[in-house]
Amino acid sequence: MVVKRRKRTDSSDEKGNILFCGVGGQGILLASEVVGYALIQNGFDVKKSEVHGMAQRGGSVEAFLRFGKKVYSPLIEPTTVDIQVSFELLESLRYLPMLGKQSRIIVNTQKIPPLSVSTGIETYPDGIIERLKGFGLEVYPIDAFQISKEIGEVRTVNMVLVGALSNFLPVDEDAFLDVIKWRVPERFREVNLEAFKRGRGLIDNIK
Amino acid sequence: MKKSSKYLLLSGNEAIALGAFEASVKVASAYPGTPSTEILEALSQYEGVYTEWAPNEKVAMEVALGASFAGVRAMVSMKHVGLNVASDPLFTAAYTGVRGGLVVVTADDPEMHSSQNAQDNRNYSIASKIPMLEPSDSHEAKEFTKIAFRLSERFDTPVLLRTTTRVSHVSGIVRKGKIEESRVEPGIVKIPEKFVMLPVNARKRRVELHRRLQKLRKYAERFPENRLFWANPEIGVITSGVSYLYVREALPEVSVLKLGMVYPLPERLIKDFASKVKRLYVVEELDPFLELQIKAMGVECIGKEVIPEYGELNPELVRAAIVGKKKRRVFSSVDIPRRPPVMCPGCPHRGLFYVLSKLKVFVSGDIGCYTLAASRPLSAMDTCVCMGASVGGAHGMEKALGEDSLGKIVAVIGDSTFVHSGITGLIDIVYNKGFSTVIILDNRTTAMTGHQPNPASGITVKGEKTEEIDLEALCKAIGVKHVYTVNPHDINTTKKIIEKELKRSAPSVIITKYPCVLLPEERRKKKPIYMVISEKCKGCRICLKIGCPAIHWTAGKGKRKGKARIDAILCNGCGECELLCKFNAIVIEENGGEKKKKN
Ligand code: SF4
Ligand code: SF4
Repeated sequence: MVVKRRKRTDSSDEKGNILFCGVGGQGILLASEVVGYALIQNGFDVKKSEVHGMAQRGGSVEAFLRFGKKVYSPLIEPTTVDIQVSFELLESLRYLPMLGKQSRIIVNTQKIPPLSVSTGIETYPDGIIERLKGFGLEVYPIDAFQISKEIGEVRTVNMVLVGALSNFLPVDEDAFLDVIKWRVPERFREVNLEAFKRGRGLIDNIK
Repeated sequence: MKKSSKYLLLSGNEAIALGAFEASVKVASAYPGTPSTEILEALSQYEGVYTEWAPNEKVAMEVALGASFAGVRAMVSMKHVGLNVASDPLFTAAYTGVRGGLVVVTADDPEMHSSQNAQDNRNYSIASKIPMLEPSDSHEAKEFTKIAFRLSERFDTPVLLRTTTRVSHVSGIVRKGKIEESRVEPGIVKIPEKFVMLPVNARKRRVELHRRLQKLRKYAERFPENRLFWANPEIGVITSGVSYLYVREALPEVSVLKLGMVYPLPERLIKDFASKVKRLYVVEELDPFLELQIKAMGVECIGKEVIPEYGELNPELVRAAIVGKKKRRVFSSVDIPRRPPVMCPGCPHRGLFYVLSKLKVFVSGDIGCYTLAASRPLSAMDTCVCMGASVGGAHGMEKALGEDSLGKIVAVIGDSTFVHSGITGLIDIVYNKGFSTVIILDNRTTAMTGHQPNPASGITVKGEKTEEIDLEALCKAIGVKHVYTVNPHDINTTKKIIEKELKRSAPSVIITKYPCVLLPEERRKKKPIYMVISEKCKGCRICLKIGCPAIHWTAGKGKRKGKARIDAILCNGCGECELLCKFNAIVIEENGGEKKKKN
């Protein structure tokens, strides 16, 4: 798990706050790690924060990834998320106080009902994408689950989303491909690379 | 020129493991506990280090101390409450001191992301008189670990290294460093006046401990990791750990004294800093640990008047406390269904708690995935205090209430938790003529912390086979006459046995034995997939009572009745819902057995 770090030639002060959110077991931690390494390869300082343990049993999970020349706090402050990558539809509505007018949202339209919904106590809200758009936010809905099924491995949802996210980051495609190659176990490498490429190709079509 | 240095993105825990490896640690022992678990897991991947999961933190501490006595560098790691368990050897290890460097890592959880309390383990350093280092990020986590080993040998003391969740589980850039060797000679050395804490020796060591602390106090004044960052002298902040990062983020304009060693404190340095700033703040999570010590020096400072005394801090809280600005939210949160953690589909604990909820017994609970049974719809756990408390607690309730309580109380405890500290509770029940029913939930792993093997699963941290504790034989040897093992997915048999044993006026143990569905071997197994035959489903909702996330309810419309449906991707084929359905509407999908779960 060692990468080369390129010296940033431009004296840019590019920085960003990425919020990953979804449901425990969806591969969020691997996704944020791949993005983190790709950013490091491009010379950025990175801090990635996540919570392990109990929440991972099918509960809401979130991970913060911050990058820039120098990053102090591992936590993203409310209203300052640049990109939210939501691995599940309902979860995209859970972190509104973290968002601001500048926030872009990449959202997997897959629905995973919480237990209160699947047992019929509550209902899964309708019109989530419309609500987000109604806030004036830039929203990119993606059916990553469907794409992963087409690829033949439902556990590549995370890499489809990383691919989509990659369009918005100051990192070249090769860095991502490199990282996926050494970070993902051999037998899943090809499907994950494909998932990444499929995801990366999506955004233009949506725009 | 292209820079080609090697960078790693490591969590604080992984960085501690790398630091220990670079410090040539030879023996490391731990008991899993969030947020500390990955330290030993990462360390077990390095060559040349002996690593082990101990049955509990006290044993882990003793193993590390023994290794230190043998002259090698040793480390023990645990979550904050684990140090309570290990505190007995810890306090006396302060007296004996060490031979090989000994580092004790405690990972606190101020926000209780995955803990039952939020104790501030910095207090252990004062109480045990052991120096404590506090890193703020992964880079420091690695460096401080190496420093801790050096200090340990130099000052002849164990050294505490304290992290919090936001250090342990935050990843940052780390560079590999040089391997350092200890200069201590390994071997058996008899030094009774140092190692045998009979009162006559202990009294002398107590004086030694005092001298050592004096030396450490002096050393703290020039400890390079107590760092000054000069800026505007209007406001000065003393801080440590992750709070330092929040201060730098939120208030780049203030002067900062960052303490890498939080005990003992550099009194002169602090007084000097205080004298050069107009207003002095102390920014720390949880207890006013630094603040009280600083105030005791006679230094005026502002701390818990403005900084919250519980929960995690963040840049916004720090900014609001010191310069009184809080950002306005752009969007406020909306009311949507919550998503608390739940037991996995096919979890071997589910059926058991369904049975207990039906029996309406008081469930004396414990710590593990099964604590999730406290939430709806199972709502079948009535206490949860600490590792092992279920067993002693049930016995205590029964002694308090006498014969009246027979059949009304049951203790539930996981396999790993039972080995950790349930065994002694069971001995108490037998010895003192109790009649408790204790259920050991043997899912073959320590699931909640990420599936670490334990003495009852017969596998080591390195994945090697080892002797497996025979829980049945163990309970019998303790003197429990009635011991049964049952497959908890067989709800009906489980219920019958529990009903019978609850009525017994003698101690009994029921072991519900079935592997956790997330274990790799389980994932690879071919499993049947269940489905609901819609025409047969009468909409009685009984299958929903077990709270399996794979079973979905579709509400009825008009005349059409509501019906249950099973999500084939989620179903893990435990068959519990089939047993519950009175209308035979739940069956194995045709070719269901063929669908191999992908790994
Ligand atoms: S991880 Fe294992 S023990 Fe924990 S809830 Fe899932 S199946 Fe049950
Ligand atoms: S068999 Fe029934 S209870 Fe078991 S995992 Fe499948 S749907 Fe859930």
